[in-house]
Amino acid sequence: MLTRIKYTLAAPGIALLAAVLFSSVILLATGVSPIEAFLNMAEYGSRGVTLVAVVNRSIPFFLSGIAVAIGFKMNLFNIGVEGQYIFAAIVAAKVGSSVDLPAPLQITLILATAMTVGALWSGLAGVMKTSRGVHEVISTIMLNAIAVAGATAFLLRRWSVQGDGQSLETKLPEIAESGWFPVLFTVDNGRVGLSSFIFVAIAVGVVFHLFIGRTRWGYDLRATGISATSAESSGVNPKRTVILAMVLSGAVAGLIGMTELLTFEHNYNLRFIQGMGFTGIAVALLGRNNLVGIAVSAFVFAWLDVASGVLEVRGDAPRAVVGLMTGVVILAAVISYAVIERKRADEELRTASDAIKEVAT
Amino acid sequence: MTSTAIEAQGRFNLKKSRSVRFMLFGVAGVMLLAVTQTFAKTPTSDITSSGTWSIAVAWSIPILMAGLGGIFSERAGVVNIGLEGMMIVGTWAGAVGTILVDPWFGLVLAAAAGSIGGLIMAVATVSFQVDHIIAGVAINVLAVGTRYGSDLFFPKYGGSITQSPTLTAPATFDIPLLGPMFRAIEDKAWFLVSDVAGILGGFFIHTTWFTLALIALVPFSTWVLWRTAFGLRLRSAGEHPIAADSLGVSVYKYKYYGVVISGALAGVGGGFLSVVLTGIYKEGQTVGKGFIGIATMLFGNYHPVGTAGGALLFGFAETLRLRDPAAPHGLILGIAIVLGLALLYYLIKRNWKRVTVVGLVFALMAWTYATTTSVIPEIPKITPHIAVLVVLLFFSARLRPPAADGIPYRRGDH
Amino acid sequence: MSTLAVELEGITKRFPGVIANDKVDLRVADGEIHAICGENGAGKSTLMKILYGMQPADEGVMKVRGEEIVLSSPTQAIQLGIGMVHQHFMLADNLTVLENVILGAEPTTNGVIDFKKAHEDISKLASDYGLSVELDDLVETLEVGERQRVEIIKVLYRGAKILILDEPTAVLVPHEVEALFQNMRELKAQGHTIMFIDHKLAEVLEISDTITVIRRGKTVATVKPEDVTAKDLAELMVGSELPDPGTQLSTVTDTVVLDLAGITTVGPDGRDVVKNVSLTIHAGEIVGIAGVEGNGQGELVEAVLGISPIERGKVTFGGRDATDWTVRRSREAGMGYIPEDRQRRGLLLSAPLWENDMLGHQTQTPFVKRGFWIDPEASRLHAEEVIEKFDVRTPSAVVSAHALSGGNQQKLIVGSQMTADISLLLAAHPTAGIDVGAQAAVWEDLRAARADGLAVMLISADLDELIGLSDRLLVMFHGEIVAELDPAKVTPRELGSYMTGAATQGDH
Repeated sequence: MLTRIKYTLAAPGIALLAAVLFSSVILLATGVSPIEAFLNMAEYGSRGVTLVAVVNRSIPFFLSGIAVAIGFKMNLFNIGVEGQYIFAAIVAAKVGSSVDLPAPLQITLILATAMTVGALWSGLAGVMKTSRGVHEVISTIMLNAIAVAGATAFLLRRWSVQGDGQSLETKLPEIAESGWFPVLFTVDNGRVGLSSFIFVAIAVGVVFHLFIGRTRWGYDLRATGISATSAESSGVNPKRTVILAMVLSGAVAGLIGMTELLTFEHNYNLRFIQGMGFTGIAVALLGRNNLVGIAVSAFVFAWLDVASGVLEVRGDAPRAVVGLMTGVVILAAVISYAVIERKRADEELRTASDAIKEVAT
Repeated sequence: MTSTAIEAQGRFNLKKSRSVRFMLFGVAGVMLLAVTQTFAKTPTSDITSSGTWSIAVAWSIPILMAGLGGIFSERAGVVNIGLEGMMIVGTWAGAVGTILVDPWFGLVLAAAAGSIGGLIMAVATVSFQVDHIIAGVAINVLAVGTRYGSDLFFPKYGGSITQSPTLTAPATFDIPLLGPMFRAIEDKAWFLVSDVAGILGGFFIHTTWFTLALIALVPFSTWVLWRTAFGLRLRSAGEHPIAADSLGVSVYKYKYYGVVISGALAGVGGGFLSVVLTGIYKEGQTVGKGFIGIATMLFGNYHPVGTAGGALLFGFAETLRLRDPAAPHGLILGIAIVLGLALLYYLIKRNWKRVTVVGLVFALMAWTYATTTSVIPEIPKITPHIAVLVVLLFFSARLRPPAADGIPYRRGDH
Repeated sequence: MSTLAVELEGITKRFPGVIANDKVDLRVADGEIHAICGENGAGKSTLMKILYGMQPADEGVMKVRGEEIVLSSPTQAIQLGIGMVHQHFMLADNLTVLENVILGAEPTTNGVIDFKKAHEDISKLASDYGLSVELDDLVETLEVGERQRVEIIKVLYRGAKILILDEPTAVLVPHEVEALFQNMRELKAQGHTIMFIDHKLAEVLEISDTITVIRRGKTVATVKPEDVTAKDLAELMVGSELPDPGTQLSTVTDTVVLDLAGITTVGPDGRDVVKNVSLTIHAGEIVGIAGVEGNGQGELVEAVLGISPIERGKVTFGGRDATDWTVRRSREAGMGYIPEDRQRRGLLLSAPLWENDMLGHQTQTPFVKRGFWIDPEASRLHAEEVIEKFDVRTPSAVVSAHALSGGNQQKLIVGSQMTADISLLLAAHPTAGIDVGAQAAVWEDLRAARADGLAVMLISADLDELIGLSDRLLVMFHGEIVAELDPAKVTPRELGSYMTGAATQGDH
């Protein structure tokens, strides 16, 4: 049991340590004191206000990580989460602003729309893979561009309405209030509040965990990820499973933008945060594709994202150093995981053989 | 020997059937363009001009470099989707080098920067057996960190956190004799002949030493891979690393070579993009060219010549997008014509499934062309990406990747 | 007193948890054919890999031609004149024969390969030794015998004087074995020393000058073939008689479990792979299908199970039309499967044993409740039962599958199938590459299940296994059933000639 904990914590610990060390070196090389920078971040990042903002940011990161992890469990690389969530958000925003139903129906409609768009866009890549053998990495990356620079840009142009005379901001009409997710509580005189969408995220996480770990479809999925050929011999339909995984992944991806859309902005506009799809990849990799890992990982990346805002304000270092750190964290994480996994496998081999020898003699 | 076996060979003396197929493709493509040029509803006077094609050639270089890089990496058995990241680093380093010294130094620095990216990837995948795709994703994320470097460097010289100042441009020239000759034929406006002259002329006018040097890498790579011991050993690392190891070939070493070379090539491609093509470094200017390079590698079935063909195609698409906003619309006509021919072919062959699919797309294309005069502005921005998907849909099925491509290799495991 | 070509003294090699070679001694005289004999897992391959520099020894001394050497890579071994032909051929399919031969020893000028010289040199070599190959063919087009010749040319090209052949006859039929032995005698006549690993006693006795027997990592004897019988060798190898796959009583019933009528499947190039195969298997019957690898047996099994589609013909299973069934439906209806390649088709290596036990039964009790909700506790208990009953050596049911030895992995797969509710077992090479003890256990389990009414389709390359276990014996060649033989009367030689199409039977 202790060895399990040791193995589980070692790699992400090493990864974060490596990231901190590396960025410190970079900062030093450019004449910035890393200690001061990190202290500033730590101070800013432990305030109540900041922490609430961090949790808010970690909700979409978490969902993004889950979406990517569903693919990873099956050895599929859904890099298209980015395009899926942005495309889903604008369509859902349009639908949410076009009708006004009672709250439960409205919310269901909006979320269902978002999940459907995400699922279809992701499923498209899945179909291309199963029917023509197109590798999902490239197809999803291409679909990202088509979704963001193509479809979403086009729809934004078509569907946006002028501001109410006061601003020329490009934005869609506002979503009906019945579809809003209220804020749970506020801190600092109501400046920042925790989004209630966190409940949806938790629910998604739990469903993910149970589905993958305790149902036979989850077993089929994982088996296909370990060995598609063995899974096929056991009765799994490989093509159908690929599409299922992509569709589920896309459906979860569709929810990524909902926190921002339904709690804070209430309409789709140019301020809509992009890039959360890519963060999801980092979150899933660092979190090793399991529920707890992804949750912690999402929090870590959200903290880095929010707390680094102080760096520019205080003139310590460009915010971009966080981008560099993210890259180093991922690299260090995947290397440590690979090494630790190998050690664990060798260890297992050793104990297995030892036990047998005992029995034999 | 089966026909697929013949097709799969990449060696000089057995390229005959591959070359035949390529020439057919090429001829068909040229005819398509000539027809579009002549008959398109909207004025698209530039599709087959040498001016357009010299730009097309230039724009194909970064993609070509990424494609060649992909070949070296995958032939050694390492799937490399980090080429985009290595290219990004190259664009940045190219600008820095040009500012510090001159364009030549810029490109050298770009290659070096790309190699470092390749080295990091090699360490992760070869020495630590990290999954190749995950490592590639990590490299791409890491490359975004160049923004930090930009912030430190460019503002001092008049740039900003996201772009460099304008760079000194390298000299362009026409190749003597051949350049003017093609131009002359082109000016005659003879159907098809002038079109061909225009297309070929693109290689000989308005070019730079960099362009010529990098184009020369195509035959050079082919020669290295199939005619040298280095190339054979590198390919063996990707085909059957265990066999290579049993014969004393250092598989790790050649995988490292493959990945580092791919990084250098992608880096040079990036440097070419910022220094020679656009004359400026802008954050995000690669716009997926690294991935498009991978697509051309697949299009070329892991062979430099085929990859070059694919790169040229994408370069041409890029050029149209930039120079001739009306061209995409005219191209719809061209595509419709091709689909119409394909439709006839499938009708004759009685392949009803294909007839319905192709027929639907053909009808869509024809209707779109007839009822519109231009395409919505978002389409040109995403044509390369759609093109990649189309290429992959058609060509993924007949791919023959190296037998041990993508499989992590650990000596002594087997 | 002839000089010793190779002398190994006290060689010891340890892997995590197992001692592969335990103070092994080996003396090979110059110019002789020396056989190294032992069952699967005895440590023969490891020893040869050490000799070839692919792995370092932990302890011990190696001498070549009287000189002590320490090898750290195959390159050094090659320089000393040692060449190895591996059991699983080390040939890159997408490269030509020429490229495969010169790899790592290319004739070059400044790094550029001199193809002309390579052509000349290799052609001369091939003709000198009577090994015919086409240099510019892609290896993937070659068949087994040709590939082996390429492997031999590979080592000769590098000037090998001492050849190591690892189980060279494993993939050959009897008359190909004779061709190989002819080549070996030719090599010996030209002054080469040959060491070869083999566990087929008749062959060993026929060709070798000296035999060294290894058991559980230790040298147990060095003998001359004229001094021993096959029975003696067997006792030295396993400490007792080799297990006999023979079955005595007939348990065949009248109930038809599986009926195949005119089964034809199509390959990726559009040509028929399985051609018009018809056969019947009854409850309590083992029908063996013999054939050289690549003649359609594997494809037939995959078609019956449902992995690949059936172009023409009808499959009737338990009285129902199963032609279009999916794999899941077949397995739920009672078809069991022991795959040929257990690592690719039968196991999830990185998953715990209980999840492997579940593989193929993940919609059935006791593994899942209500058809979808996994019950880890019940599954683990089931796995523990299988481990107990089928003697799978493992510390627990939660260990990952890759930690087990090949034999134990196979026992797990067999056990998992047998404990499920199956009426038909498709067994492809069920005892390939596993140690004698495990092999005996699997045979015993098959016999017991057969007595219980199980119908078995047995595909195997082990002629003794086929002849011993089958109630009826069919031969597949080029996708067709070309012979039906009586296992009680047929000899391995006869069987071999049907398998290669050298002999044909009546109007089949």
